[in-house]
Amino acid sequence: MDQSSKKIAIICSRGSLDGIYPALILANGARMEGMDAMLFFTFFGLEAITKDKMKNIQVATVGNPAMHIPTMLGGLPGMSKLATHMMMKEMDKLDIPHVDEFIEMLDDAGAEIYACKLAMDMFHLKQDDLDERVKGVLTVGEFYEKTDDAKVIFT
Amino acid sequence: MPEYIEKVKFDDEGYLENHEHWSEDLAKTMAEEEGIYDLTSRHLEVIYAIRGEFAEKGEAPTLRRLTKVHGFPTKELYQLFPGGPGKKAARIAGVKKPHGCI
Repeated sequence: MDQSSKKIAIICSRGSLDGIYPALILANGARMEGMDAMLFFTFFGLEAITKDKMKNIQVATVGNPAMHIPTMLGGLPGMSKLATHMMMKEMDKLDIPHVDEFIEMLDDAGAEIYACKLAMDMFHLKQDDLDERVKGVLTVGEFYEKTDDAKVIFT
Repeated sequence: MPEYIEKVKFDDEGYLENHEHWSEDLAKTMAEEEGIYDLTSRHLEVIYAIRGEFAEKGEAPTLRRLTKVHGFPTKELYQLFPGGPGKKAARIAGVKKPHGCI
């Protein structure tokens, strides 16, 4: 089926591995189907496009019942790193790129990447702090202008 | 109808049922159906990479594999096969519909 007239906008507000990846994979999948895709990173989601953070996205081992690690253990130093390392190993096997490379791939694929202005102000971030592939910093109003006839997905 | 089309069968989604019935002539015809009117040698390089991997593994490579393993830049794949490079390239290459998400 031809999907080329479809347009999709994905909002990513979380900064954990499992918060960020669904947004990246959905956006990339949309491009692979020939749809227009736009990503809007807000709140902790900004970690995925912040230069000094994007290479160090981690899975949460505390407050995450699906990890099946007792909370006290999950809080031990290094637990999150270990869990992230193990998960990334599995993801490598499935050809899933790391976050920084994924952002590059999305840009090459023609997906548009934006950051939320209010969240940027809140975290005292400037566009310089963001990856060069981020096309711009948008207010809510600008976000709505751009997503006019798109389907919006909040991950 | 030319002979190279007559004997081949397609599945419901237009993918070749048997990848061995593929030919460059057929690829040209299928490419035109996909809106690619000038099937260049670069297109064919991608197509042969897909066919090679399909023959080996029974599955079309993901776009990322085409980039990482076979060296075709993501941007170029989107330029060569606009509007859905993974599926279009696989269809023109005469292999089954790819099932990867990446």
